[in-house]
Amino acid sequence: MKILVAVKRVIDYNVQIRIKTDGSGVETENVKMSMNPPDENAVEEALRIKEAGKAEEIIIVSIGEEKSKETIRTALAMGADRGIFVSTPANIEPINVAKILQKIVEKENPSIVLMGKQAIDDDCNQTGQMLSALLGWSQGTFISKIEVGDSSISITREIDEGLEKLKLNLPSIITCDLRLNEPRYASLPNIMKAKKKPIEDLTKEDLGVDITPRIKQLQVEEPPKREKGIMVKDVAELVQKLKNEAKVI
Amino acid sequence: MSILVVAENSNKEIKSSTLNSINAASKINDDIHLVVIGNQCEEVAKKAALIEKVKKVIHIDDPQYENIIAESIAPIIVSLSDKYTHILAPASTFGKNLMPRVAALLDLSQISDVIRIENEDTFVRPIYAGNAFATVQSTENKKIITIRPTSFDPAYSEGGNANIEKVSFNADQSLVEFIGREESKSERPELGTARIVISGGRGLQSAENFSMIIEIADKLNAAVGASRAAVDAGYVSNDYQVGQTGKVVVPDLYIAIGISGAIQHLAGMKESKVIVAINKDEEAPIFNVADYGLHADLFEVLPQLSAELDKLNTIQK
Repeated sequence: MKILVAVKRVIDYNVQIRIKTDGSGVETENVKMSMNPPDENAVEEALRIKEAGKAEEIIIVSIGEEKSKETIRTALAMGADRGIFVSTPANIEPINVAKILQKIVEKENPSIVLMGKQAIDDDCNQTGQMLSALLGWSQGTFISKIEVGDSSISITREIDEGLEKLKLNLPSIITCDLRLNEPRYASLPNIMKAKKKPIEDLTKEDLGVDITPRIKQLQVEEPPKREKGIMVKDVAELVQKLKNEAKVI
Repeated sequence: MSILVVAENSNKEIKSSTLNSINAASKINDDIHLVVIGNQCEEVAKKAALIEKVKKVIHIDDPQYENIIAESIAPIIVSLSDKYTHILAPASTFGKNLMPRVAALLDLSQISDVIRIENEDTFVRPIYAGNAFATVQSTENKKIITIRPTSFDPAYSEGGNANIEKVSFNADQSLVEFIGREESKSERPELGTARIVISGGRGLQSAENFSMIIEIADKLNAAVGASRAAVDAGYVSNDYQVGQTGKVVVPDLYIAIGISGAIQHLAGMKESKVIVAINKDEEAPIFNVADYGLHADLFEVLPQLSAELDKLNTIQK
């Protein structure tokens, strides 16, 4: 079976973001970028499924500006086989990402599509569910455990109440939680090897997808700042403050 | 035109996140309909009809909906969608799983995790783990929205007198088989709604030490939370996690013990009314959001805190 993994290039999770002074968005020029963290878990899981002999090929897809190819290259260095890059403006809406992925899935016929449950830039948490709906496939969201069978896949979902276990008929879309696994680092020889792995270039015209935005971003602003607090000298003072000043205990 | 709110329910009761979503809906339009889907959830539908601001309850009751599967439920919402300008659900794992599926089936975008409603087509939502707020405007004639429950007061569960309309719908169940659910049971208040939350981080160093947090939580009648680092280290299970990928909490009092304050943790708690941070690292970013900071070793502080709270309880008695 084939596995398709969708990855997104985002501002590195350790970077403190800066909002553009005109409020039009978040500054991404000269900022460290990385693969969206739960997408790394998706790549790792695909590699483990292949290493267990249950998949033959892992294809990495990324959609966005030219530099998203670097993110594909990272996944190829981890061990994936080949890449597909779809050139679009940065940060198109999840419904449009899902429509592009739908076309690629129809072309490549994977049995499983893996991706992170959420991108840490727009925090939308939509793409996997939307792709699943467009394809009419089963979906497993916020997944912390996967067991791949012949015609189905058993999963554990992280839900507000605890854990939920489902058996999904293949083909299926899986969105990964950070708890799914520990992503590997690419070794130097594998980074070298990845440079020779093929990345196919596509455009939205090649795929015949309309990605006209439906949502306008009017403004991006800093959240209200908290007033600076105080340091207390000991526990007794803390408890007195909480009781008499803040009146919360 | 009206607004549809998708109720999150357990077949026995309406989840409180639904009440927050109803209140959010009322900021757009008064004609709010609530859809309740489940198995033997007659009582839930009756209670739903009593919620203030709800004008109509659509009740779908069938053994096939004992466990909510997004693949089965999404077509129900789609079939109801014609009459509505907005369809809302809480941004809980229930709503997050379901609503994008509904949106895609209707060829619509979704606006996730709304924290403020400006008007019928303009909304504010956090991005970058709450480090920025984006004001977004939908250009579509139907809006699919998930609501961050902690950003809206709950609607009163009484005062309404809605009609209940029973509808049947046969879902395609062939894609998914429900195997089971492991729900974490606790005597303590629920993390999402507790008045006081006390959370532990990697500073606790072990699952055994985490019991010191639990002991203090019991004295304060507080819910227990944890940072991702503490969860990843195996001190507690993941449903304790507060943060960008865990739960977002807004208690009156949040006490962070041995938590450094990574961006992703702050995203889950920095809207709390009063924040206390106890950490031995003076430079820990958690102190930047704390109203009261105590720079000290938690292993010395926790027994003292426990003793001080005992004194306090004696005074209160």
